[in-house]
Amino acid sequence: MLRYIVKRLLWMIPVVIGVLCIVFVLSVVTPGDPVTTLVGADASAEAKEAMREKLGLNDPVYVRFANYVIKIVTKGDLGNSYTSNQPVKTEILDRFPVTLKLTIASVIVALLLSVPLGIISAVKRYSWIDNLSMALSLIGVSIPQFWFALLTLLLFAVNLRWLPASGISSVKGWVLPVLMIGVGNMGNFARTTRASMLEVIQQDYIRTARAKGQKEATVIIKHGLRNALIPIVANVGNVVGISLGGAVIAENIFSVAGVGKYMLDAINSRDWPAVQGGIILLAIAFSIIMLIMDLLYAAIDPRLKSEFRARGRKKAGRKLQVA
Amino acid sequence: MAKLYTPAMAAIDKKKARLKGKVQKSSPGREAWKRLRRNKLAIAGLVILIILVLIAVFAPFIAPEGIDNQVLTRRLQPPSSEHIMGTDEFGRDIFSRIIYGTQISFPVGLICTVIAFALGGVLASIAAFKGGRVDNVIMRFMDIFQSIPPLLFAIAIAASLGNGIVNLVLAISLSTMPARSRVIRAAILTVKSNDYIESARAIGASSTRQLLKYMLPNAMGPILTAFTFSVATAILTVSSMSYIGLGITPPTPEWGSMLSSSKALLRTAPYTLYFPGLMIMITVLALNLFGDGLRDALDPRLK
Repeated sequence: MLRYIVKRLLWMIPVVIGVLCIVFVLSVVTPGDPVTTLVGADASAEAKEAMREKLGLNDPVYVRFANYVIKIVTKGDLGNSYTSNQPVKTEILDRFPVTLKLTIASVIVALLLSVPLGIISAVKRYSWIDNLSMALSLIGVSIPQFWFALLTLLLFAVNLRWLPASGISSVKGWVLPVLMIGVGNMGNFARTTRASMLEVIQQDYIRTARAKGQKEATVIIKHGLRNALIPIVANVGNVVGISLGGAVIAENIFSVAGVGKYMLDAINSRDWPAVQGGIILLAIAFSIIMLIMDLLYAAIDPRLKSEFRARGRKKAGRKLQVA
Repeated sequence: MAKLYTPAMAAIDKKKARLKGKVQKSSPGREAWKRLRRNKLAIAGLVILIILVLIAVFAPFIAPEGIDNQVLTRRLQPPSSEHIMGTDEFGRDIFSRIIYGTQISFPVGLICTVIAFALGGVLASIAAFKGGRVDNVIMRFMDIFQSIPPLLFAIAIAASLGNGIVNLVLAISLSTMPARSRVIRAAILTVKSNDYIESARAIGASSTRQLLKYMLPNAMGPILTAFTFSVATAILTVSSMSYIGLGITPPTPEWGSMLSSSKALLRTAPYTLYFPGLMIMITVLALNLFGDGLRDALDPRLK
């Protein structure tokens, strides 16, 4: 188990370097000259050249890449924003908690709303409630998030005036963004829960539990659900990634000051350090979440745990033989 | 030496002659199609997709106006008998733009997916076929690419390359490629250990032949299902990116980009919001229905 954790932690290093590499390549292929953006198109040639030298743009590409990586890894320096001239790192870290909270809240809400629906659907297969919830889930996975957001805005904010149209200063403000980010996941979770629950219910150990005279609720929750949830738990990490992408769009529709809005504003004003910083930070955050998810999963899934234990024992055995 | 002709062989010949023309051919594909045909929802999805393709082909005959027919005297008219979906902020007929939109969203989503599967497929085939170190290196690279959430990755690529259909296609196919290659690799790995692959190798089939003739056709089931769902996802991504202004730009009537101004019009002209989103949803829904049916039909466990 410890070996797995160490291996998984060490794997973060090439991932981070890979992400930096990808972002760097993207910045190299970007058309347009950052110098012109910084000093203005009608600046003198000397001023441009000075800025070029200051940014290190005259160095060969591999030197620039090395400097770029060293600066980020040793100092955490992502450069200064072209528009505000503030360090990108602090600007993004200020906004990051909001994005993270939105993302995680939406994943949790989606789980809480859809998993019970999936269970009921599986238990009462082909009943009206199953048909209804599967129809809704299908719509959930097919509806464009931003369109769902606009429709709910129209209904709840413009027509009914129950919820605010923008901002998350009040609790009510969270409702629409969280639902928007989660709408696709809800459909997905409900469908996956139903499918895996249906498979689990047919297993022999469920029949055994029933034969022992367990209460039906115990059979479903304790024997069924725990096994049926494995594919969902295994996928939560990916879902967080998808939700981070959704948060970028949600923040723009609902004017929430998170990393997503910051990044899209930066894209519109061609503020590349800010865009790159946002991507790097979100990618690293995503990798850390995946890491935590993998470790949790390894801790939960008895099969994975036993595999590692068995492997450890085999090695120990081999060592004994050698001795 | 005279050819042996035993009574048993004669009986077989007789039976062959009797059944000639009556025997129904059967193959896994045919069986799957039979199962798919019984699935009403899947067929509904397929029919919707065919209708969308027909609309795209005959768009010039269906749409009353062109895509960019700006008439400023009739701005933001609600749906009427003249303009059944109303007009937008430039006085363009929304119905015409919706009709022409079938030529954009579905094909672009399809192309993105084809490229992602082709690129991912080549890498996955090499990885799965060679195994060992090659497999390890390729898949670890995919891991790194997958450490950036797909939509974010697509946004990053599109932002650095600029707007436009080509850049958008590149952004979406590159950002989804790792996940698609994983599906293909898993599908090939499940058939790789079968005896018929072993026998193909034994009779001296080249590695390309083993891969193309024996492994890929047998691994096609899960790949096809994943392909259908991926087209659905790609269409959603195309429209989201166009909505936030990083994809297909006006006046091209991409359904997502048609919605980009509708937030500002929520209070005054909410009807501009309904139809483009509805079209995206119908297209994606049809693909999902068809994909569900395909999965059930191709998965032998669920017979």
